[in-house]
Amino acid sequence: MWSWVLHRITGVAIYFFLLVHILDTSLVRLSPEAYNAVIGTYKTPIMGLGELALVIAIGYHALNGLRIILIDFWSVGTRYQKLMWYIVLILWVILIAGFAPRQLMHVFGS
Amino acid sequence: MTAIPVPRSGDTAPRKKRRVNWEKWGWIYMRVSGVFLVVLIFGHLFVNLVSGEGVKAIDFAFVAGKWANPFFVVWDTLLLWLALIHGGNGMRTLVNDYANNRTLRKVLLIAILASTVILIVLGTLVIYTFDPCPTGGDASLLPDFCKAG
Ligand code: HEM
Repeated sequence: MWSWVLHRITGVAIYFFLLVHILDTSLVRLSPEAYNAVIGTYKTPIMGLGELALVIAIGYHALNGLRIILIDFWSVGTRYQKLMWYIVLILWVILIAGFAPRQLMHVFGS
Repeated sequence: MTAIPVPRSGDTAPRKKRRVNWEKWGWIYMRVSGVFLVVLIFGHLFVNLVSGEGVKAIDFAFVAGKWANPFFVVWDTLLLWLALIHGGNGMRTLVNDYANNRTLRKVLLIAILASTVILIVLGTLVIYTFDPCPTGGDASLLPDFCKAG
């Protein structure tokens, strides 16, 4: 059940980010100044942490999404669904461990 | 001359019209687009957040530089369409699951459809009408290749 709850919550969170992200990117069509002003807010410490949270959410949704696809289409997928969830969690931790230092370095490093 | 009808052809029940099972295609779409989105999204995140100076390198000139390359134009177009429809269809599932009030459900479904269509049109227009060197633009904000012209 938790695999599904997390998949839903991350899906919705990513969706609302996507709506905003298309609108802010559209400002490149307006003027360089407008786009640079809004993208500048993405570089602040708080938004930097927000981007980290976003990548964490997408990481889970993507990995678990691939697990759902394997459960549905792989002949023995249902038999290994539990094992695959543990693999998803492990890969997720590895992904976070790889990305978080890099992102924190970019945002907080000089 | 009138055609002679096939004997007893009136006896057979009219064939039920075959209908498209949209729900099934939605289900398949979520899975097929999911596979593509893994590649498209992680590629997008790598180029914009991980490589080089990460998010701090992004500005107008950065975007202009990317879209000078048809590879990223195609990449971003696919990302826009596949992700927005995947997310919109996923949100439709949630509305169907949780919005018990008929009117509320209808309003929410229309809102999802409308925002999906509007953002796809807006996003596609932005990508394909983008001008990397707007006339009168502050040269310090524009990509280097604008100076050549
Ligand atoms: C990174 C690649 C992605 C993969 C592999 C993926 C995979 C999936 C799969 C397999 C489903 C299940 C559909 C079903 O049960 O019928 C799903 C649902 C969903 N996805 Fe994604 N997805 C990805 C990216 C995204 C993105 C970018 C968004 C947001 C724009 C998103 C939003 C949703 C939503 C809202 C749902 C519905 C959740 C539910 O029904 O519980 N997904 N995804």
